[in-house]
Amino acid sequence: MVIIQIADLVVTAFPNGMAHYAIGGIIIGAGVVLIYLTTGHIIGASTGLETTISYYSKLKWFQQEEFISSRNWRTVFTIGIIMGAASYTVVLGIDQWITEVQWWRLLIGGVFVGVGTRLGKGCTSGHGICGLASISPTSLVNVVVFLGIAIIVAHLIELVGVIP
Amino acid sequence: MKQERGILLATFIGGLVFGVGLAVSEMTHPEVVLDFLQLDDLGLLLVMGGGAVVAAIGFHIATRSGKTAPLTGKKYGLRKRDLDKDVIVGGVIFGIGWGISGICPGAAFASLGIGNYVIIWAIIGMIFGAHIHGVIKESQRN
Repeated sequence: MVIIQIADLVVTAFPNGMAHYAIGGIIIGAGVVLIYLTTGHIIGASTGLETTISYYSKLKWFQQEEFISSRNWRTVFTIGIIMGAASYTVVLGIDQWITEVQWWRLLIGGVFVGVGTRLGKGCTSGHGICGLASISPTSLVNVVVFLGIAIIVAHLIELVGVIP
Repeated sequence: MKQERGILLATFIGGLVFGVGLAVSEMTHPEVVLDFLQLDDLGLLLVMGGGAVVAAIGFHIATRSGKTAPLTGKKYGLRKRDLDKDVIVGGVIFGIGWGISGICPGAAFASLGIGNYVIIWAIIGMIFGAHIHGVIKESQRN
C-alpha cells in the first residue's frame, strides 16, 4: 500500500519522467568536472556575461583584471554550450523547437536575470551546481532565495493569466 | 601560448558536454523551467541535484588530493564567495527574472544551440542587465 502511494506521489511530482532530468544533470556535472580537473577553473555561466562586456566596454568595472584574465576561456565555454546543444539536436535529428513564451517575458526577465546574477555573484550553474557542490553557505542562501522568489513570481504571472 | 590553447580546448570540450546535458534535461525549454516553478513538474531539482552531486565528487576528491591542475598549475579548491547583502538582494532580483522568463544564463545559450532563436531576447536582456549592474557598481565606487 505504502509503495503504491509513493509511486503515485512520484508520478504526480514527475509527470514527464525522471530519467532525462537526472541523466542531463549528471552530464552537466561531468562538463563542470572536466573543466575543473584540467584547469582548476570553476565555471559559472553568468560571469561570462560580464567578461563578454569587457571586450567592448571601457568602464573600469568591466576592465577588472579578473574579467580580462578569464574572458577568453569563459567565451569559449559559452560557445561550447551553444555548439554542444546544437550537436545534440543535429546528431539525434531532433526538430528545431521554438518557445511560445512571449518575447517581452524573455527580455524583461532577462534584464532582471542579468542584474541579479551579477549582484548575487552567481546563477544556477555557479551557485546552483558549483556552489552547492562546494557546500558553500553563501550559495545555499542564494539558491534558496532565488528558487523561492521565482516560484512565487511564476505563480503570480500564471494567476494574472499570462500563458505562456 | 601553447598552454593557453590547451586550456581553451579543455574548456571548449567541457562546454560541449555541459551544453549536451542542458539539452538532454530540456532546461533549454523555458516552458519546462516554468512548469517546475509552477510546481507541476519537479524535474529541475533532479537536474540541479544530479549536476551538484557529480561536481561535488570531483571538487572534493581533487581538493583533498592537494594537487594542482595540469594545464594551469592552479591549486584545486572549492567555490567560496562572501555572504553579504548583495548575495540576498541579487538572489531576489534573479528570482524575479527567472520567474518571469523561465530562463537562466547557461540554459539561454543552450536554447540558442537547439535553434530556439527567439531566446535572443533573453540573451540581449541578460547582457543589458549585467551592463546596468556594472554601471551601478562603477557609480558607487566614485
